[in-house]
Amino acid sequence: MSDPQLTASGSAGDPPPDAEAITTKERGQLEMVWLRFRRHKLAVISLFTLLLLVAFAFLGPYLWQWDHRIHGDIPSHARPSWDHPLGTTRSGQDLVGQLMRGAQQSLRIAITVSLVATAIGSLWGAVAGYLGGWVDTIMMRIADLALIVPLFVAVAAIGGSPRVGATWYNIALIIAAFSWAPISRVVRGVVLSLREQEFIEAAKAMGASTRRIVLRHLLPNAAGPIIVAATLLVAVAILVEATLSFLAFGIRPPDISLGLMVENARTAAFTRPWLFYPPGVLIILICLTINFIGDGLRDALDPRQTMVRR
Amino acid sequence: MFVFIVRRLLWAIPILIAASLLAFLLIDISGDPLSELREDPNIPQESIAAEEERLYLDQERHVRYQLWVTGSAVEFSSTGVGVVHGDGDIGLLRGEFGPSVRGEVYQIGEEIGERFLLTLRLIGVAMVFALGLAILSGVISAIRQYSKVDYVLTFIGFLALAMPTFWLAALLQRGGVWSNEELGTNLATYGDSTSPHIAQDFTPLENVADIAAHLFLPTVALMLTAYAQWSRYQRASMLEVLNSDYVRLARAKGLPNRVVMRRHALRTALIPLTSVVAVGIAGLIDGVVVIESIFQWRGLGTFFISAINERDAYALMGWLMLSGVIVIVANLIADLLYAVLDPRIRYE
Repeated sequence: MSDPQLTASGSAGDPPPDAEAITTKERGQLEMVWLRFRRHKLAVISLFTLLLLVAFAFLGPYLWQWDHRIHGDIPSHARPSWDHPLGTTRSGQDLVGQLMRGAQQSLRIAITVSLVATAIGSLWGAVAGYLGGWVDTIMMRIADLALIVPLFVAVAAIGGSPRVGATWYNIALIIAAFSWAPISRVVRGVVLSLREQEFIEAAKAMGASTRRIVLRHLLPNAAGPIIVAATLLVAVAILVEATLSFLAFGIRPPDISLGLMVENARTAAFTRPWLFYPPGVLIILICLTINFIGDGLRDALDPRQTMVRR
Repeated sequence: MFVFIVRRLLWAIPILIAASLLAFLLIDISGDPLSELREDPNIPQESIAAEEERLYLDQERHVRYQLWVTGSAVEFSSTGVGVVHGDGDIGLLRGEFGPSVRGEVYQIGEEIGERFLLTLRLIGVAMVFALGLAILSGVISAIRQYSKVDYVLTFIGFLALAMPTFWLAALLQRGGVWSNEELGTNLATYGDSTSPHIAQDFTPLENVADIAAHLFLPTVALMLTAYAQWSRYQRASMLEVLNSDYVRLARAKGLPNRVVMRRHALRTALIPLTSVVAVGIAGLIDGVVVIESIFQWRGLGTFFISAINERDAYALMGWLMLSGVIVIVANLIADLLYAVLDPRIRYE
């Protein structure tokens, strides 16, 4: 993307100090986005909550004395205490340690899904939208196909197979393979309107290749909707992975994930609620905050938005 | 109009073919149904070979696909072109789903047939209730935009979207058990309905009541996600209509608010919902797998889970194909409805 500020403040030399006080302050694009994002109180709170949760999942294990594994000196079925704030499981695992590991696995899978699916989906959509014609038709029909079989059903049918295995990145890749299509639709829609604009025409006139136009001009200008879609996909992926693990087709013991923790404590909802509620509430919190952040980003990244509150 | 319908129906054929190819390849490539047999050293080679022949695993992949769809296949080999016929137990077009890895006693087609209506009942009821509630709360939210009611309903929507279906279902199921034990209520917490030999003493009315009782908790758990998506959509669509010029005109004419809402705003605002509901069907199929396993229904959801655990390839393919067909048909109906409901759409 070309930088409009270059022409404004480039070679003309720095304005005198008093003139600077009169002219409005220059703001970079990121700064503008942050200013607009900040107006959404709920989105800002969500962002900090999510950062705390991420820290809990990825830094927590370094600070907490127990991990998710079975230890001989952990009592079985202990009630919450100072040593084990959320109690322990029957086989002697500390629940806080399990929560950290579970959230870590969930987030790791979901973020990988989002990155992979967004990369595939936005390239697919941008190429289809830019080239148009029969290429577009064929590419979007293929994307439609990926939507015919319900997402979780498709992932479970393949992920449940022992040949595929259940390492976290395999699960992530399978989920990504079935969730890129909606993103490609979004990006195609944006690109369809972008490609008619003058800067693409200019790039073409200067002899830019299709690859250069797609990668350097179209995708950066479609960044807003892509980022929003990628954010919301993280929440979807968390739910799919948790469901998969809950039905024993995802992460398998001795490793742990939030879905598996719910499954282990399924019958304990009323007898040992401290085993049942934390993993479920953690999933809800992660998805809720991500959805709020996505909504805030949608407004913040929309260039038609002005700084004036409507 | 007629041309439009015919063209739309014809267009469904290549999509169905592509869906069958997808369902077949996904399952056929991702796993070997006989892997457990092969790993067992005590099983003689001959019985593995016999199983391979029974399951058509001795055929090449493209031949197997043709067999699975039509029941017979054209084979190209070095000696020329030949025709391979199935044993009469395979071929979707003949109404056969293929042999099960679980042996000849297990008939995939019969199982799907027995369980289909049960699952359809659950999905249908959840869909109707989700839709009704979504329209209601979407319209209320839109009319009272930025009021307390709107914020509460919007927050419930967000919460429902973030809520894992399996967690809520497990909570409801255990909650039902707990309330039966502690509060003496009589909630049905597992099974699809009372087993037939008890139910045969029921009058038809009692039977319906029993089925409804067993539907209650699973429906609540299943409809939540669909409700959340649809109500947000309904709110946005209603807001757009309420801010449109023709609604302003209707008000300016002096029509009573009730008539403006019912006759002018709501009718238009419902049109876009048809296609969103069609897309939402896929989500309900996803949810039914989880719900049935938690409430121990003998429906298609648990059939799917057992098929995965048994690596029953043809059962899985049949299942994927069936859910694909449901999604395709739902989209087809939505497209046709759209054409009927929205006069702005041209049929040519």
